[in-house]
Amino acid sequence: MKCKLLVIGAGPGGYVAAIRAGQLDIDTIIVEGGRAGGTCLIRGCIPSKALIHAADKFEQMTAHASDGHLGISLESRPVLDFKATMAWKEGIVDRLNGGVEGLLKKAGVRQIKGWAMFRDAKTCDVETKSGIVTITAEHVILANGSKPTELPFLPFGGDVLSSTEALTLTKVPKKLVVVGAGYIGLELGIAYSKLGSEVIFIEADTRILATYDKELTAPVQQWLQANDITVHLGAKASGWKDNILSYTDKDGKAQTIAADKLLVTVGRKPNTEGWGLENMAVDMTGAFIKIDKYCRTAMKNVWAIGDITGEPMLAHRASAQGEVVAEIIAGKKREFNPNAIAAVCFTDPEIIAVGLSASEAKAEGIETVIGKFPLMANGRALTMDAGDGFVRITARADNHVIVGIHAVGPHISELSGEFALALEMGARLEDIEGTIHVHPTVTESFAEASLAALGHAIHI
Amino acid sequence: MGQYNFKLPDLGEGLVEAEIADIHVKVGDMVTEDQPLIDMMTDKATVEMPSPVDGKILSISGNPGDMITVGATMVVIEVEGEGNAEATTVKAEPVALPVIPVLTGTTSEKPLTSPAVRRRALEEDIDLTRVPGSGPAGRVSHQDLDDFIAAGGRIGQPVQQKRTAIEEIPVIGIRRKIATRMELSKRSIPHYSYVEEVDVTEVEKLRLFLNEGRTEDQPKLSILPFIMMATLKGMEKFPECNSHYDPEHSLVRRFSGIHLGIASQTPNGLMVPVVSHAESRDIWDMATEMMRVSAAARAGKAKREELSGSTVTITSLGRIGGIVTTPVINYPEVCIIGVNKIVPRPMVMNGTDIVIRQMMNLSSSFDHRVVDGYVAAEFIQFIKGALEQPATLFM
Repeated sequence: MKCKLLVIGAGPGGYVAAIRAGQLDIDTIIVEGGRAGGTCLIRGCIPSKALIHAADKFEQMTAHASDGHLGISLESRPVLDFKATMAWKEGIVDRLNGGVEGLLKKAGVRQIKGWAMFRDAKTCDVETKSGIVTITAEHVILANGSKPTELPFLPFGGDVLSSTEALTLTKVPKKLVVVGAGYIGLELGIAYSKLGSEVIFIEADTRILATYDKELTAPVQQWLQANDITVHLGAKASGWKDNILSYTDKDGKAQTIAADKLLVTVGRKPNTEGWGLENMAVDMTGAFIKIDKYCRTAMKNVWAIGDITGEPMLAHRASAQGEVVAEIIAGKKREFNPNAIAAVCFTDPEIIAVGLSASEAKAEGIETVIGKFPLMANGRALTMDAGDGFVRITARADNHVIVGIHAVGPHISELSGEFALALEMGARLEDIEGTIHVHPTVTESFAEASLAALGHAIHI
Repeated sequence: MGQYNFKLPDLGEGLVEAEIADIHVKVGDMVTEDQPLIDMMTDKATVEMPSPVDGKILSISGNPGDMITVGATMVVIEVEGEGNAEATTVKAEPVALPVIPVLTGTTSEKPLTSPAVRRRALEEDIDLTRVPGSGPAGRVSHQDLDDFIAAGGRIGQPVQQKRTAIEEIPVIGIRRKIATRMELSKRSIPHYSYVEEVDVTEVEKLRLFLNEGRTEDQPKLSILPFIMMATLKGMEKFPECNSHYDPEHSLVRRFSGIHLGIASQTPNGLMVPVVSHAESRDIWDMATEMMRVSAAARAGKAKREELSGSTVTITSLGRIGGIVTTPVINYPEVCIIGVNKIVPRPMVMNGTDIVIRQMMNLSSSFDHRVVDGYVAAEFIQFIKGALEQPATLFM
């Protein structure tokens, strides 16, 4: 087979690139070994958010059963049919998977199911059910994605789970030990805790969510404490045998914990092996494929997007890159050069980080002013029983251009769009101040934080 | 093995500190006795500090531009046998200069604008950093981009643009000395200036005549030695002009010897080499000595004594001397004479004749605390007379 554009991987990077290319009348083939939708739709963002939502519901109902929270009581404790929960989750995944395949079809993209093996930069053999198909393309977009990092002394399998298996369990583990208190481990660990698991974290760093600043992670830390979830910080897991995890604690002492399941979430690594990358003559940067601002690799007309090109490994980054590359191939002038990419942790409470914190700005030589507004002073947050957290704006001291927005709080992830827009539009504090924010909504906290940075918040 | 602490020696003239001008060695270097270690700059000159011993450099205190106190250890050298290091040594403490933060331009940053404007600029091949933004904080609007395109400001075409970068140049070394001394002079001395024109036709004739008799290898005279001679004669007649004013002790130091400072532009900036004891020199000797000290100053090889002790200063810019200058007195002197360019001008002579004469202005400044206007006028008139009747210079 021949085509103008061959896309490898139908995750949020690849399928978006292929749909956009199809819209632009580029003859496109997309190859996917698993299901269209990739890590994000099939075994990441979407199923984990479904699980988190169900866990929240279950936790709330349990609360109503025990103490009549908000004046609402349940006569008996809610009953969890976890298989049904997982089936509901699977229904969402199926619907989105079908949706992606439908969109690809509508855009005129040919879909080939199978694993690709590259002979050279522009030619690959795909092992399909009906035999090997050889595809030669003018352009290739590599969107192979990433997979959970495996620790050599804690190989996945049996009761040792990666995030993928943690999203397909058939029953809630009684006791779940999570190695790695980054955002994936915390999201899943907290969800299982709400579903009834006893959850214990083992984290090698001295604090949870080490890539975010302390002020931002403190409410999550408090939530864990309030819910009696043990976090062993400075602890290094060393082995798993007969459902007992051995680890070294922060004082260097050898310890063990028994558990039904062990979830290992110590990061993700790019999928660079087993498909002939070595035959393509592209340059690498560390474990990742090296790209420029046009997502070009070192090989002419070979492009790379998403997790395989490095941090931040986020679906929305991959999608944005995918659109850029498809449009460049169609002859448009584009570059991938965003002001900021927002990152969200669906922990309890949720965390958003966009742009620079004050200390990161300082490291770049930027003097800043900071405005912080507590959700406790926001009416809508209180009416949702969601007053824990804050919105924090960091702006240049000289011209008030916003360089970063950080927030933590229940449901706060829905504000990430406004935050990203503010940064991408180059908003100043006065722009946020001058935008009337709807009352009563949590978004008012954003306007109030800008007022706080300008020194005249109304509600604090 | 011992340690030798090389301390900043007393450089004389009651100096308490000096500035590091240059460091010739680095930690770990092997040095031999008399090898230059550090150049120190005082108010007057740059002094080369040779190593007093053979050995290895263990540490160096300070960087070029730092002020070092006399007696403080500058360099520690590891030597064979016993050194001179005592248990406690005064460590050189560089005197920190105040750092004034300057808000630099935001040229290195992404232009402030919306994603839509960025995309249009990319499609139109326009470098947004070159588009002047009219919005708050220099935000670039669609209109700004339209205006820029309408003005033909595409990449590759030169555009008039605002530059916002600011370069910060540390004022150290000779520049700092010049700044300090000029400020001292202008702040403490009540200056006034007096300008008079001088007919130098006759002295120019004499000068050309004298130069004609010189062989190739003999230096020739410029107008300056004649002005120096006239100043010398003037000083002898008006000794109040040949003095230093000391406000601290409320006294004027009137000098019997006449030491002529000659302001000279050097690659490092303004310096004033000195022709000492002008009263003991004839015009040829004066010219030779002036050339020698000026050349030494320009080459950075002038000794301290060749750069200090002047009692009056003459400043001349030669052919670019202009019509009038207002020279700044070389503190703590009380008088400076500025020489302007020589130009042929029509002059009225004998009441009715218009004659072309070689004319030159003298622009002088005086310390009004010491020299009254009347005296200054008489002094300059005397110099004018001497130059217009050059024979009197040699009487």
